[in-house]
Amino acid sequence: MLAISGINLAAFFATYLGDYDWVPAAVLFASWETLYMVFLSTAVSYLVGMPLAIILVTSEKGHILENLQLNQVLGSIVNAVRSLPFIILLILAIPFTRWVVGTSIGTVASIVPLSLAAIPFVARLVETSLKEIDWGLIEAALSMGASNWQIITKVLLPEAMPSVVLGVAITAINLVGYSAMAGVLGGGGLGTLAYYHGYMRYQTGIMWITVIVLIVIVQGIQMLGDKAAGRIINKRR
Amino acid sequence: MIEISNLTKIYGSGPQEVMALKEVSLSIRKGEIFGIIGLSGAGKSTLIRCINMLERPTQGTIMVDGQDVGSLNSLELRQLRQKIGMIFQHFNLLSSRTVFENVMFPLEIAAVPKNEAAQKVNALLELVGLTDKAQVYPEQLSGGQKQRVGIARALANDPKVLLSDEATSALDPQTTRSILGLLKDINRQLGLTIVLITHDMNVIKDACDRVAVIDDSTIVEVGDVLNIFSNPGTPTSRSFINSIVNREIPAEILQRQFIDHGLNSSRLIRVSFIGASAGEPIISSMVQKYAVAANILYGNIDQLKDIPFGNLTLELIGPVETINEALDFLRKCGLEIEVLNHAGN
Ligand SMILES: Nc1ncnc2c1ncn2[C@@H]1O[C@H](COP(=O)(O)OP(=O)(O)OP(=O)(O)O)[C@@H](O)[C@H]1O
Ligand SMILES: [Mg+2]
Repeated sequence: MLAISGINLAAFFATYLGDYDWVPAAVLFASWETLYMVFLSTAVSYLVGMPLAIILVTSEKGHILENLQLNQVLGSIVNAVRSLPFIILLILAIPFTRWVVGTSIGTVASIVPLSLAAIPFVARLVETSLKEIDWGLIEAALSMGASNWQIITKVLLPEAMPSVVLGVAITAINLVGYSAMAGVLGGGGLGTLAYYHGYMRYQTGIMWITVIVLIVIVQGIQMLGDKAAGRIINKRR
Repeated sequence: MIEISNLTKIYGSGPQEVMALKEVSLSIRKGEIFGIIGLSGAGKSTLIRCINMLERPTQGTIMVDGQDVGSLNSLELRQLRQKIGMIFQHFNLLSSRTVFENVMFPLEIAAVPKNEAAQKVNALLELVGLTDKAQVYPEQLSGGQKQRVGIARALANDPKVLLSDEATSALDPQTTRSILGLLKDINRQLGLTIVLITHDMNVIKDACDRVAVIDDSTIVEVGDVLNIFSNPGTPTSRSFINSIVNREIPAEILQRQFIDHGLNSSRLIRVSFIGASAGEPIISSMVQKYAVAANILYGNIDQLKDIPFGNLTLELIGPVETINEALDFLRKCGLEIEVLNHAGN
């Protein structure tokens, strides 16, 4: 059988899992579910969170779309959602999830609370990236007669891109953790696997395997993020 | 080209109120390079930024090419801004775009068709001498090259006016000269009106036709650069000029007034000469014509834009009558005379 750095996997499985034939397939499938949830909820949270971030930044005092009331209302909502512990959001969101997806159980259903939790996080993260941009660039664009839309699409977003890409990795990694929590409440993925087998049935081996797989996934996401951001930055040097 | 009348700008309100400009009026002519000089915090940036409404005036009107900029709606203002180029101290180039794309930026804003825009960009890069850097990102450029990109970008939409806010302040003296040279070329070739802000009198000296001196939110002096250099009317102007043209006479020289000249008297005078007269042997004519001795104590000659300019500190020794006649002669020759002492009897 497979041998990785001296550990005989077959012997490992035999010792800790007993009847282990189903394990590789289950781990593979659970990993796929986790990646699927993380990918989709990251996408949804950016789809909603980016525009929110743009509004948060541009509605500030002195900015191109100054609107202090909107800024404050939006800021408070974002803060409120961010202050909810994820496990509570998960439960609070059940009716909404049912309404959107038709069920509150399973991988697809998990995407709803995961996105809800990530949207305000993304909004703040992207807001920070956008605020790093030198005001002089916006002023230069204004002096050329740029419209607000042109400033957003041609100055703010492209200039913030490397930092936004790094933010995507951070968000996705957070969502890996959240997805495991969602898994405990029947969300599927590695969390479910670890919970039902590792915790409920005392199959510690499965617990460890999921931990290792989660570490690999997180490292992989960070590497991808660093690489993508590095590529953009290097191109500009 | 630009008429500023009664411009007042107040930042903030209540106790944090700052009056950055106070009832400033100024008229900038078409095709000239107009300098605005002042110390830090005098209100220079505020003034130039009011011209394209990056800053809204609290009071007063600004006309650019016959248009009252304060009364424009946002679309009209954006259209006007496309015709007012601006360059900045820190260049403000987009790091996400190549040099070519940076110069393309204002053309995109103005929705110029791609082909036409690309041709324009190439022509501009040639004008500023950066054709070989077209595909490079700004991060790889030197300060001087970055400012050249800034200038090309500012010229993309064929502006009528170019505003420059300390465009050379982040550059070394040699690069500053080359950037100013480029601005002068553009001014000459395109007939472009340039408003140039600086705190460096050298910039005014090298590039400007006229200058306004701004001090503590108000304009204290406006005029031809030559006139202000040869005859500064305010302490602020004088200190700016002294910062580059040494008009102050060293102390040792002033000591000379105590030398005993016997029956003759002596006058310490400063002669300022401008333009053509700088090339003529007026002083030696005077010495030949009148029975006075001229002792050259101190002097320097410089170039104002393209015109020679200088001043000379002389001690004239002779009978009082003759000295006065000689001074009249010098004045008649168009020299600016300043008598620095009447000592030595
Ligand atoms: N956005 C602002 N809000 C409040 N005060 C401001 C603002 N911008 C400028 N000021 C104040 O207005 C005054 C004039 O500033 P301004 O930037 O026009 O000076 P400056 O002559 O350009 O100086 P520098 O040579 O340092 O650039 C200063 O006292 C400054 O603190
Ligand atoms: Mg300034």
